[in-house]
Amino acid sequence: MEKYQLDYLQQLESEAIHIFREVAGQFERPALLFSGGKDSIVLVHLALKAFRPGKFPFPLMHIDTGHNFQEALDFRDALAEKIDEKLIVRKVEDTIKSKQLTELKGKFASRNALQTYTLLDAIEEFEFDCCIGGARRDEEKARAKERIFSVRDEFGQWNPKLQRPELWNTYNGKIHKGENVRVFPISNWTELDVWNYIRREKIDLPSIYFAHDREVLEWEGQLVATSKFIQLDSSDKVSVKKVRYRTVGDMTCTAAVESNAQTLDEVINEIIITKTSERGETRIDDKVSEAAMEDRKKSGYF
Amino acid sequence: MDILRFITAGSVDDGKSTLIGRLLYDSKSILIDQLEAIEKQTKNREDGEIDLALLTDGLRAEREQGITIDVAYKYFSTPKRKFIIADAPGHIQYTRNMVTGASNANLAIILVDARNGVAEQTRRHSIITSLLGIKHVVVAINKMDLVNYSQDVYNNIVIDYTQVAKTLGLKDIKYIPISALNGDNIVDRSDKYPWYKGDSLLHYLETIEIHNDINLTDARFPVQYVIRPQTEELHDYRGYAGKITSGIYKKGDEVIVQPAGIESIIYKIEIAGKEVEEAFAPQSVVLHLADDIDISRGDIIVQKNNQPKIENEIEVLMCWMDSKPFIKGNKYLLQLNSRVVRTVIKEIEYKLDVNSLEKIYEFDKVGLNDIVKATIKTASALPFDSYKDLPNNGGAILIDETSLVTVGACMLQ
Repeated sequence: MEKYQLDYLQQLESEAIHIFREVAGQFERPALLFSGGKDSIVLVHLALKAFRPGKFPFPLMHIDTGHNFQEALDFRDALAEKIDEKLIVRKVEDTIKSKQLTELKGKFASRNALQTYTLLDAIEEFEFDCCIGGARRDEEKARAKERIFSVRDEFGQWNPKLQRPELWNTYNGKIHKGENVRVFPISNWTELDVWNYIRREKIDLPSIYFAHDREVLEWEGQLVATSKFIQLDSSDKVSVKKVRYRTVGDMTCTAAVESNAQTLDEVINEIIITKTSERGETRIDDKVSEAAMEDRKKSGYF
Repeated sequence: MDILRFITAGSVDDGKSTLIGRLLYDSKSILIDQLEAIEKQTKNREDGEIDLALLTDGLRAEREQGITIDVAYKYFSTPKRKFIIADAPGHIQYTRNMVTGASNANLAIILVDARNGVAEQTRRHSIITSLLGIKHVVVAINKMDLVNYSQDVYNNIVIDYTQVAKTLGLKDIKYIPISALNGDNIVDRSDKYPWYKGDSLLHYLETIEIHNDINLTDARFPVQYVIRPQTEELHDYRGYAGKITSGIYKKGDEVIVQPAGIESIIYKIEIAGKEVEEAFAPQSVVLHLADDIDISRGDIIVQKNNQPKIENEIEVLMCWMDSKPFIKGNKYLLQLNSRVVRTVIKEIEYKLDVNSLEKIYEFDKVGLNDIVKATIKTASALPFDSYKDLPNNGGAILIDETSLVTVGACMLQ
């Protein structure tokens, strides 16, 4: 590389660190949404680069649906302890009980939509004015249109038609009381950028991102891990396969891919030659309707 | 491998969405499930061809109305570069979106329909490109298949556009005849244009030199945040965190903190916790100064021998972006990088006709999508540079004090 020149990962990294520091400079009570998934692990890594040797000017927060992979939860707790930062966990289970929410029924009854209630309650409880998240614009069409600083009303709702113009690298985080800003520092990263960055920076990931044996149910071409959250019928085809995960969400709505990839190099090679997008391959929840994500965002989801 | 950010200017009728769809499709950035989703929607159409334009229309509201209402960002990579496309609609009522998309672009692709030649909207898109200081322009002459790949048509458009570019001071311009629908000259050179000896569009985008566009001479460092661990072992640690927006900083440099005008010396530079001898734009770094002085967010650290302007009465070219009118005498917040100051509109000199560049001195009001020349007065002196010399320290947003919404984009003069 020539002198005084950054490559694309360094440029993306610098942009993300800049966004983190804008959050620190503009908000009173931000929080970093951290699930133990690869994108939020990258966020933590970037926050370390933005603020060390100082402490993070925000806690980590996880909205736990109760349907998470144990490997991701263990990783979440271990990382928070290792970097010595505060971790807040709020459980969808508790919201369901206290607010008498009705859970979906059916084979893959997902708590994805109910997460929003717990998130909004936690925002209110801690008076968070900003939540940092790991969403990327390449993930989905609705996300491609969302700002890096995305203002939500007091119901957490996104209004795509009334977004603030976002110019240069200047972010307007001014809000009225009760409003909240979602900030996405890795908006401009693609799935492959994230994986290449993880490789370059030697960032540790939960084991489920690498090939392992798992009992799975084959359902409409997708492989869903068997767990107590999924209702099995006698006609279901269940078998043990060698799989890894491309994304880590709820066990009820995240599918695995068949893979022998044991190392980052092997995972990256598989992603380069794959013919299906990240959400398309592994997210059952986006397939419900063409505008599934748009609808969830409008009602307060990330 | 670096990043090229570009904007595509043109309307649906010019084939803009088709062009973007084509770039994504031919560079294999579209995956099977995304294609299937598009095919599902296309099935309802009569011709049965895959509509590549559907790839860029994100929201249901847009698909229903067949319009693009906002800037969408799309990504693709080749082994040579990562590309970020800001896809903004081209209708006149969406000037604000094009300005937004253009603010971060290295390059603008201006689409011209070969059948229509240089049209009113071509001029409008070029004026905005020039106002925002985009350094490189590709004039993509589209729908060449509908004019029998005629060299005369191409030549006439080049002659006409050269005149437009000259008026606007646009310098680096590349003309490429294409057919987005058929994929001619998009990824590979097409044999339908034996008279065209230049690059395909993608090859040009992959190879155009952009690194020299980064200003490494005029060092500017807006402070975003002060890192003070205040622990026992780091008791005296006080680091100024920010991103170098232009120039280079070295250990030992004599610097001045503006607007206070306090001098000091850089005694340490850190990047992600590691000490380095020097740092450059656009790196995010932590600077340490030799003297214990009071510096906070919004201050700017510059070299002693290279100063920004420091004024409180500033001329601006401004694109108004809100449905409320822009009113002389009103107060707004002005945000330039990390600095926010209160400001009052002293004078509105003229409105710029974005189709003709004509200055209009008589007008009723300034509304959404208008571009005006105005004079503003800030509550305290603002360190800034002229946008055309140093855009990274001359582009500021106006914020409505009551709605808190971003209402204007100012290019400080």
